[in-house]
Amino acid sequence: MRYEAPETIDAAVALLGSVGRARPLAGGTDLLVQLRAGIVEPDLIVDLKKLPGLRTIAKEKGGFRIGAAVTGAELREHPDLRKVWPGVVEAANLIGSTQIQGRASLGGNLCNASPAADSVPALIAAGATVTIIGPGGQRELAVEAVASGPGKTILAKGEFVTSIFLPARPPRSADAYLRFIPRTEMDIAVVGCGVSLTLDQSGTCTAARVALGAVAERALLVAEAGAALIGSKLDAAAFEKLIAAARKACRPIDDKRGTKVFRIDIAGVLAQRTATIAAERARGQK
Amino acid sequence: MSKRHVSAVVNGDPVEFLCTPEQTLLDVLRDDLDLTGSKECCSSGDCGACSVILDGRLVCSCLVLSAEAEGKRIETIEGMAKGEELHPLQRRFLEHAALQCGICTPGILIAAKALLEREPDPSETEVRFWLAGNLCRCTGYDKIVRAVLDTAAEMRRS
Amino acid sequence: MNDIPLAGTAPKAELKWVGTRGPRPDGLDKVTGRARYGADFRLPGMLVGRVLRSPHAHARIRGIDISKAAALPGVKAIVTRDDFRDMPSEFVPAGEMMVNYRDIVRNVMAREKALYEGHPVAAVAATSASIAREALSLIKVDYEVLPHVIDAAEAMRADAPLLDETMITAGVDPAPTKPSNVAKRMEFSTGDLKAGFAQADFVIERSFATKPVHQGYLEPHACLASVNEAGQAELWCTTQGHFVVRTHCAKLLDMEMSQIRVIATEIGGGFGGKTVVYLEPLALALSSKSKRPVKMVMTREEVFLSTGPTSGAHMKVKIGVRKDGKITAAEAELIYEAGAFQGSPVGPGCMCAFAPYEIENARVIGYDVISNRPKVAAYRAPGAPISEYAVECVIDELAQKLGLDPVEFRLKNGAKAGTRALYGPKFGPIGLVATLEAAKNHPHYSAPLGPNQGRGVASGFWFNIGGESCASLHINEDGSVTLMIGTPDIGGSRASMALMAAETLGIDVAHVRTLIADTDSIGYTFLTGGSRATFATGMATVDAAKAAIRQLCARAAKIWEISEDAVVWEDGHAKPAGQNAATFPPMSLAELAGKAGKTGGPISGHAEINAQGAGPSFGTHIVDVEVDKETGRVDIKRYTVIQDAGKAVHPGYVEGQFQGGAAQGVGWALNEEYVYGADGKLQNAGFLDYRMPVTSDLPMIDTVIVEIPNPAHPFGVRGVGETPIVPPMAAIANAISRAIGTRLCELPMSPPKVLKAMQAHKANGG
Repeated sequence: MRYEAPETIDAAVALLGSVGRARPLAGGTDLLVQLRAGIVEPDLIVDLKKLPGLRTIAKEKGGFRIGAAVTGAELREHPDLRKVWPGVVEAANLIGSTQIQGRASLGGNLCNASPAADSVPALIAAGATVTIIGPGGQRELAVEAVASGPGKTILAKGEFVTSIFLPARPPRSADAYLRFIPRTEMDIAVVGCGVSLTLDQSGTCTAARVALGAVAERALLVAEAGAALIGSKLDAAAFEKLIAAARKACRPIDDKRGTKVFRIDIAGVLAQRTATIAAERARGQK
Repeated sequence: MSKRHVSAVVNGDPVEFLCTPEQTLLDVLRDDLDLTGSKECCSSGDCGACSVILDGRLVCSCLVLSAEAEGKRIETIEGMAKGEELHPLQRRFLEHAALQCGICTPGILIAAKALLEREPDPSETEVRFWLAGNLCRCTGYDKIVRAVLDTAAEMRRS
Repeated sequence: MNDIPLAGTAPKAELKWVGTRGPRPDGLDKVTGRARYGADFRLPGMLVGRVLRSPHAHARIRGIDISKAAALPGVKAIVTRDDFRDMPSEFVPAGEMMVNYRDIVRNVMAREKALYEGHPVAAVAATSASIAREALSLIKVDYEVLPHVIDAAEAMRADAPLLDETMITAGVDPAPTKPSNVAKRMEFSTGDLKAGFAQADFVIERSFATKPVHQGYLEPHACLASVNEAGQAELWCTTQGHFVVRTHCAKLLDMEMSQIRVIATEIGGGFGGKTVVYLEPLALALSSKSKRPVKMVMTREEVFLSTGPTSGAHMKVKIGVRKDGKITAAEAELIYEAGAFQGSPVGPGCMCAFAPYEIENARVIGYDVISNRPKVAAYRAPGAPISEYAVECVIDELAQKLGLDPVEFRLKNGAKAGTRALYGPKFGPIGLVATLEAAKNHPHYSAPLGPNQGRGVASGFWFNIGGESCASLHINEDGSVTLMIGTPDIGGSRASMALMAAETLGIDVAHVRTLIADTDSIGYTFLTGGSRATFATGMATVDAAKAAIRQLCARAAKIWEISEDAVVWEDGHAKPAGQNAATFPPMSLAELAGKAGKTGGPISGHAEINAQGAGPSFGTHIVDVEVDKETGRVDIKRYTVIQDAGKAVHPGYVEGQFQGGAAQGVGWALNEEYVYGADGKLQNAGFLDYRMPVTSDLPMIDTVIVEIPNPAHPFGVRGVGETPIVPPMAAIANAISRAIGTRLCELPMSPPKVLKAMQAHKANGG
């Protein structure tokens, strides 16, 4: 195995395309575990952290462009991001311990393609897009289109994610993310839920996106759950519909972390709780 | 398999080492630099016993490739005391009986140091969540949390 | 078993060092990273040893081909079953459990069959970790995969796959004619069970199940072995008992004990799990073959796969009470999983089950059952937390049924001095009632509860043991003292020993240094386990100090030219025994030490004892939980441990034992378990999914040290390390049941199970 830390995007693209089994490295909190366990045996590791733009958060078109290798700790410490996208920052900050936060990145969390990745439902709810670069050039994709199944992405050979873009927010918009774990920390989500919504001046929900993690082979955008909220005052009736839609969208498996029945049940509970937090945040903006 | 040359600063001292691409920072600290105070207890970032401060960030050294250390500043437990003077956390851990077997202690001290450098007045809850990645099986954490809170109070006074 | 003595020497009223909270001698090295644990040692020319493990839960090993691996450059030695001679079936004591070398040799290295996923099949020593890893991949093992069985209840079925075709259940008369997975049946009984239940106004019978849980010590097993051409071996290892390691290794490798020197490294937690051998015989065998030092360190996955958790169990408990709250009869059936080889802690489980209570008519039946899991190892009060969990849940339910406060109900039936335990002896002075009274009066017990919260209490008992310990205490020329003991220090015992030595000698504890001597430097000392170190090695330490004092007095007598019995030792000084003896000024220990060369040579004290009279320790825990009614998640809101320590030598470390035991109990109660797939493979062999409590899972853990002195110990010490893990599971189960109005009878009480119980309760109109 070889390790390279290129300083230009072109060099990184060339390296990743050069050998059969090449893996990009951002924070390494998943990759190193997989290396140690022999789950992956790459010939080449390409460290992306020295590439321009991969470690910075920049304001762009009223939104934020976040380098793929920006760490959870850096997201939390950014002066503005947390105010606009509290749910995304919360979700990223739930990934692992303080130590993991010092390394783990949004790009890595996304491309590791775990169905239970904490930041992904929040990014999907946020309507985030990703910039992908590779031998064929640059392309933009919706976050929800990146993972195709457990550990699998649609990225072609030599391609990698350079940044994630969080769009500008209309007034009275807010997001939130909650996950269910048996302990208080250090667990993989049994269910995760991201909600982003916008209210009008009367408090009616004009836009809403709801995403669920760990209830299918990849994080899901649940359009019906969002639709349940739109047009409502986020009242009990709307929440009933939200819960039903969230549960209906689940197609989980039984595994060591949770049963199907439990996951479906919890998905509804979390959808309501997360939407409640997002609504409170949006209402608080007056 | 060729080895890579890495220069870094460990506990204030310049170091150079040769490493293979698979070697983690923890491997190099323990096996090549003879700094065995950082412990390997899980190799998966779940226990925190290998915690070090890398360019000011608390990380698990088992989840850092040694090659990534090029040009970096690394602080380990061996550098926590300044000469004969223990760091106030080290002293308080002894006074509070905040260790039993002691294998988690270096990682917890490093993590607590990183916390107090950022937040001189943490609440109990903040201490508990900050240290959630540092497993201790002996103490039930009570005396550890008390020792950290007491140290923070002491450091604020001085 | 003998009765536990009721009276002995009363502890000294005024203590200067025992009972203080000074720093521990090993503390400084542990906060600076200097302390050396099992994996921190290296030697010139050292090889890396790695183990090839069975990927199958149950398979016959038809053949092992090591030729390709042996030919790989850098491979220096390979061992397989062929390198270990078979052993006859023979039971010998090891810690609190009995071991059988026929089984140990098979657990260390699979012979006819691999009996669990992770069972060692071969081991390699090579010049680097990567070569060792490659060599493992080149070893070809021809497995015939066999049907497996994981759960004890299934393993007991007549059609279950047999692990050992020669196993005939012991303890059944007449002996069964067919082999089974049931290794042993045992029974403890007293009184007339039928008559007892006939007197009862209420009888409650419940079934319980628990899962295997691992000790979860942070430090993986590790050792470094070096054997020379003459067969002389040195072995550094992380262990709770280096003498026991020597015993096992000598036996398994057919070596004389004098040829093996075992050095106990600092130990990164054990909790019972480091009382047996895994890597040590392999490292010695590999070093013996290669004539080079071999270091072996387990990965965390290996620790979970192949070292002993404690048993999972299936249990039935039935207790009858009269309306006035008196228990009339109690009965239990305990089925404990032993793992791949017999020897679960069902024996102590049976003996402890009803030990906190005075019950005239009782019977406990236990079964020791093997299945395709790693062989269990001791875990803190082995067996007791399991059976006492079941009993304490039924006790709580009976208290509810009777409308009695659960502490009052326990007080009505609690064991006290003079109570004859079901397992035989009459208790001497014990602290159960004192812990219950302290619980009742503790502010926690009457504090208000919030919504969705419940409070639970439970009591617990553990025997504690004594046994063989040695101590050598050397008075150095400058008056400082070196104390050598043979029990590895797992939680502060060097500090306790120094305190007891200083107290006995009458000198400042700062002048006493305690060392853990290797197996060649002190006499045979049984392991640190059974909560025996502070008790038994403490007794040896006091005896050694007294032996040194006798010599010191003799030297003073010589200087003063008076008879030895005219000299007394007081407050660190030799003094003439009153005016009639003589009128010399007192001589300090340091003065006498300085003159030792001229008065007869070096001064030392030794003690080689088999400590008797270990005092049982009882505890009572109070816990408040809050249940998330929509998800089943349980939060521990408040926790109080009350336990009898006899005498707390170092209260800080006694509290630490209480708190640590409670925290482990929280894990056992709520989330820890071995999860197996249908393929018989462990699915959560890592700290990510084997969910031990983290800092943010717990509140502060309040402690109350009750001190009912153990008359057999010079300072009244009782072991304290194990009892704290006995009450938590029941205390938490009782708290949850009071919060949600229905009972769970299965551990762990993880969110899906709690949610399901609440939903079922609701569906039933609850």
